[in-house]
Amino acid sequence: MSDTSHGTGGLTFDKTKRTWPNEMNILLALIIIVVIFEILGQILPYMNDQSFLFDTRDRFDSIFNEARLQIIILQVAIIGIIALGVTQVIITAGIDLSSGPLVAATAMIAMSFGQTELVNGFPNPKALFGTWAMDLPVVVPIVVGLSFGAFIGAINGTFIAFLRIPPFIATLGMFLICRGIALWWSGGNPVSFPTESYKYIGSGMMPVVWFLSLAVIFHLIMRYTVYGKHTYAIGSNEEAARMSGINVKRHKVMVYMIASMLAAFAGVILAAKSETAQAGMGEFYELFAIAMAVIGGISLQGGRGSIIGTVLGAMVLGVIRSGFTYIKLDGSYQLMAMGSIIIAAIILDQYRQRNKA
Amino acid sequence: MSEDIVLKTEELTKHYGGVHALVGANFEIKKGEHIAIMGDNGAGKSTFVRQITGVEQRTSGKVWLYGEEVNFAGPLDAREAGIETVFQTLALADDLDVPDNLFLGREMTYANWLGPFRLLDYKGMREATMAGLEKTGVKIPNIRNSIRNMSGGQRQCVAIARTATFHSRLTIMDEPTAALGVQETAQVENIIRTLKDAGEPLILVSHNMRQVMELVDRIVVFRRGRMVANLRKEDTDGQDVVAYITGAKTGAEFEGAA
Repeated sequence: MSDTSHGTGGLTFDKTKRTWPNEMNILLALIIIVVIFEILGQILPYMNDQSFLFDTRDRFDSIFNEARLQIIILQVAIIGIIALGVTQVIITAGIDLSSGPLVAATAMIAMSFGQTELVNGFPNPKALFGTWAMDLPVVVPIVVGLSFGAFIGAINGTFIAFLRIPPFIATLGMFLICRGIALWWSGGNPVSFPTESYKYIGSGMMPVVWFLSLAVIFHLIMRYTVYGKHTYAIGSNEEAARMSGINVKRHKVMVYMIASMLAAFAGVILAAKSETAQAGMGEFYELFAIAMAVIGGISLQGGRGSIIGTVLGAMVLGVIRSGFTYIKLDGSYQLMAMGSIIIAAIILDQYRQRNKA
Repeated sequence: MSEDIVLKTEELTKHYGGVHALVGANFEIKKGEHIAIMGDNGAGKSTFVRQITGVEQRTSGKVWLYGEEVNFAGPLDAREAGIETVFQTLALADDLDVPDNLFLGREMTYANWLGPFRLLDYKGMREATMAGLEKTGVKIPNIRNSIRNMSGGQRQCVAIARTATFHSRLTIMDEPTAALGVQETAQVENIIRTLKDAGEPLILVSHNMRQVMELVDRIVVFRRGRMVANLRKEDTDGQDVVAYITGAKTGAEFEGAA
């Protein structure tokens, strides 16, 4: 149709013309933050020339301070698993506040089916059920935990998609309900002494293995499957998604179920890692998970962001926490500083959006 | 019923509670025909479009598509039957790129046994998009850009390009140029002419008298929920149509209707 004289350029598909991905900015921020801590370590008088990143005292084989890197990634791994689900919820322009208490409730429930019968030859003092629930194979606590998560997610999703309750309110209600379930489950007592096989899935660097494997899986899902595409479409323009024939309600229920199952899995792993489950576990986890997503460039307006962004956001949060401890910043200042960083990330997101629109 | 009728409605009626938005519409469009639907705001134009595209469920009446009676449960049904609609409010997802938007809700996939996690065939969709855009003469700098960064005209072209990509059997456009500038309007009108040359039937809802007179074969006028005129372009002019729209005149065959 060469007679169409009103076009703005030809019809092209040019891979090289793709815009600078947002994730690169976060990676850049991550590097800058590390450099800042490194410099602070050099110039602060009380630091004695310690290095943040490098192995200056020759404690490890590599040039890096492996202990610190391990702590950073281990610290973010469990909340990171939650953040993978929260990311998907936020991409649909929703929010999930219930994940922290869900971690606690799931930890309690899963641990009840992952206890060992004998502790040092004596009956398990924290046994919640009779011997029938003792020494079960490790799949039992995992399946029970995931099922509970799926159940809670289905309720969240149903209220939000079918009864049109705003996500903030629906999940705030579920936040309290789950904390209540966690307290009620064992009457406030901790549930402890897991079997060896259950202990194993949360031991050592296992949480990191879970986090990174799930991150890869969900990155592929969000990028290369119909589920991912529809999740972005709903967050981008729900009306358009509906008119295009996407079953928006069913899809939202699915997204909330997946998010809650990921939070539940985090609870299963946290209980295994801690070798005990307590009703107060997972405090503020929902907020840190949301913070990871927001720092990772997931827009609260929906439609934008990626799993890679959230993983980087998790690393940023982990590095900042570890860095504050490294420069011996008091815990109270740490909270204040972290709050400021989250607000800054949101301001940055809105600024970006205004420039793009 | 004659073979060359694309879409026919009989006594199509829609009530919203007590409001009779559309009453007894008998409409017909033949193969290769371009028909304009005109009328004042609230005359029932968009209501009519929403009934035949399955966006809403009609109160009563019948609809035939290519001689077959149809009852669409939703917009996807209508789309699968070959009715492609460009809505007044653009049904585009801003954060997705051109192929994503074209194929939204009916993605090309493989490994379908994976259910909702079936894999997207990006390459196939990209190629079909290029072919569809070429067919309609739409020019877009880079189809991998997200819709957010495009001009109103480009967005409208993307919405229209869906029709060409999916070899639709009937195209419906609801005010496609209402929000566009002069150049962009011309671009969209060129696409409509391309569809005409290709013999694709089209229903065009428009307020723009010049556009209607230039582009279509027949003009159907709605007033207060009823069809009041069905005019061949040769037999009418702008003033005549306005008379029908405002109520100064009513078509002979529609006397007593309004």
